[in-house]
Amino acid sequence: MSSETKQILTTDGIPLEVSLKKAEKKNKIKAFLLVAPLLLFIIITYVFPIGDMLMRSVDDKMVTEMLPKTFKSMEKWDGEDLPPEEVFEAFYFDFQKLIEEEREGKLSTQLNYTKNGFKSIIKKLRRKSKSFEEGNYKEQIMSVHRRWADVEYWRAIKRRAPAYTYQKYLKGVDMYENEKGEIINVPEDRRVHRILWLRTLEIAFFVTVFCFLMAYPIAHLLATLPMKYSNLLMICVLLPFWTSLLVRTASWMILLQQQGIVNDFFVMIGLVSDDNRLEMMFNKTGSYVAMTQILLPFMVLPLYSVMKTISPSLMRAGKSLGGTPFVAFWKVYFPLTIPGIGAGCLLVFILAIGYYITPALVGGASGTLISNQIAFHMKSTLDWSFASAMGLMLLSGVLVIYWLYNKLVGIDNIKLG
Amino acid sequence: MSINKEFVKFDKVDKSYDGKVLVVKDLQLDIAEGEFITMLGPSGSGKTTCLMMLAGFETPTNGEIYLDGNAISSIPPHKRGIGMVFQNYALFPHMTVYENLAFPLRVRKIPKDESDKKIDKALSMVSLQGFAQRMPGQLSGGQQQRVAVARSLVFDPQLVLMDEPLGALDKNLRESMQYEIKHIHESIGVTVVYVTHDQSEALTMSNRIAVFNDGKVQQLSSPDELYEKPVNSFVAEFIGENNTFAGEVSDISGGKCKVKLANADILANPISVKGKGERTTVSIRPERALINPIDKMDNIHKGKIEEVIYHGDHTRVRINLLGNSEFILKVPNSSSNLDIKLGNEIKIGWNSDDARALDPK
Repeated sequence: MSSETKQILTTDGIPLEVSLKKAEKKNKIKAFLLVAPLLLFIIITYVFPIGDMLMRSVDDKMVTEMLPKTFKSMEKWDGEDLPPEEVFEAFYFDFQKLIEEEREGKLSTQLNYTKNGFKSIIKKLRRKSKSFEEGNYKEQIMSVHRRWADVEYWRAIKRRAPAYTYQKYLKGVDMYENEKGEIINVPEDRRVHRILWLRTLEIAFFVTVFCFLMAYPIAHLLATLPMKYSNLLMICVLLPFWTSLLVRTASWMILLQQQGIVNDFFVMIGLVSDDNRLEMMFNKTGSYVAMTQILLPFMVLPLYSVMKTISPSLMRAGKSLGGTPFVAFWKVYFPLTIPGIGAGCLLVFILAIGYYITPALVGGASGTLISNQIAFHMKSTLDWSFASAMGLMLLSGVLVIYWLYNKLVGIDNIKLG
Repeated sequence: MSINKEFVKFDKVDKSYDGKVLVVKDLQLDIAEGEFITMLGPSGSGKTTCLMMLAGFETPTNGEIYLDGNAISSIPPHKRGIGMVFQNYALFPHMTVYENLAFPLRVRKIPKDESDKKIDKALSMVSLQGFAQRMPGQLSGGQQQRVAVARSLVFDPQLVLMDEPLGALDKNLRESMQYEIKHIHESIGVTVVYVTHDQSEALTMSNRIAVFNDGKVQQLSSPDELYEKPVNSFVAEFIGENNTFAGEVSDISGGKCKVKLANADILANPISVKGKGERTTVSIRPERALINPIDKMDNIHKGKIEEVIYHGDHTRVRINLLGNSEFILKVPNSSSNLDIKLGNEIKIGWNSDDARALDPK
């Protein structure tokens, strides 16, 4: 088709398309330059760190680099019986090099992650290996400790050979790969993460529901009240935004603690007895209450901005056509607010599943979330790769929700204002 | 079957929003069954408030409204069974045209096959067959307007209220829609209460017009009577074009009165003046005053042409006449009026019957 149609020329004889591109080039460059700082900022502060996090979560090069000869010689070993002499010899030389560089401690920590019991036998090997004679390293190493003669431990070492691993992700859902390469659950009494994931989803879900239930009437009122009242109400809604998050959380601590204002009030009106005060803090209740209050504006604002655009005559039309106030609301008003509901719920839910400070302060043991666990591994155990893995799992969870929302409601149906 | 003359009755209705100002004052209005009545007035005159009270979205502060003999103040809007067309159509944007029309039928639990028939009928009435599956956003303003009309009629209400339904349309479309709504009214005989601030719309469409100002009905009569025989100077001013002279009654006798202006006397028809010495505004329609009158007219005066504006089918001539420099004449464009030139002195004449002496402004 296009080859048949005659090329359109400008009055100066230049093809129209070329001329148009030339004319718009300047504008395009201008637009790009305006966006460039933000683009650069996002790449530096967002794309790189997340990329680095992804690498960290699967990176297992440390052991690979510490025992290069061992892993090379292990390639031929089938893993059924104890490895042959070359493996022991290679391990001995790798180990001697590590001792020289004083890195054998790190090796023991790393191997201990894979299988408990490495710490002590590596310490022992370090001491004994000084007096090793040349040749027949298999016998000598095996004689250091009976675990060195256990094929399980050698298999454990071999499992650390690949430079990349998904072990951290398995650990994030309380699973691990056993010696035979099967993926199995950790014993029931040591499963912590699954509970946390479920609790995070549960709290995020209910916080979203509570926020929605409270925000919908407020937003409706805001959108329908005369300006002078709605401005005041809007300030009340936004007030929390202008207060430090820490201050707000701390004030919830004052309110909710056992000797706090809410309990005092309940005792005063006789709802609970003085020696049986409610525990509302350092558990899930605390997390629910504080998070709902803190995230409420994120639900109110998108709802408000959508409701503001709904003409009041639509509800009137619904009623004049014979719909009861409820029918008019449910069939006319409510469907029109769905873009706002979607935006608000998505916003609150995504913020809630990654919430950190508030659950850390008022959540106690039963109210902490996965983000607190991530922070724990970042700061206390220094297992950054595990923290990264869980961070990425959280991120992909958000993306899944986003994808689901797009499938169900359509992302272009979202309205933030 | 006799027609119910008091199908809708406003009985001494007052309405105030803030307890200080009455928006509607002592409204007394009867609307007959099958009538097309227009509430006409400037914005803020209380006409929309009246409509909203009738629809049930506002409650009268005092008095009662009767629909077919029943007091309706305590009946909620959805039980009144009154169709309504809103200013901005108020079509449900998330529903198709079909679903919009089905809404009033569904809430009345009318079976699907019957309601489909009604919807077909309503859509063909506004010539929108084949548009049932469109969304309102895909329709033009005029089409949306027609859907709104169809929706207000689809459940066969006895009374339909229209709140400035054509306000958002362009001029040509507005005119054709006026005729369309008028024809629909004539064909199905529904009672229509129509609110507008556009006088030509009101004159075209209505059986009777209630002119509102300041919360009161100034005049309630048929369009021709309203135009030809306005009862006060507000109505004369509001409906159509109007030339006025302010003066004082110097004599009144035999159905005529003499009004003394600053530098002349004119004869007029005493409508709202009773005796000598009263202040009055004399109103004359532009088309009732003639240039170079041939007939014997009892008012003939000389004026100077100040402005001539060509309008195609007629020419508007502004004349300084008896101290009123805003005196407008409409002269049909024919070859006999060639002496209409700027600055010419011409004779203007009119009958005293057409010069209505009304209340002073």
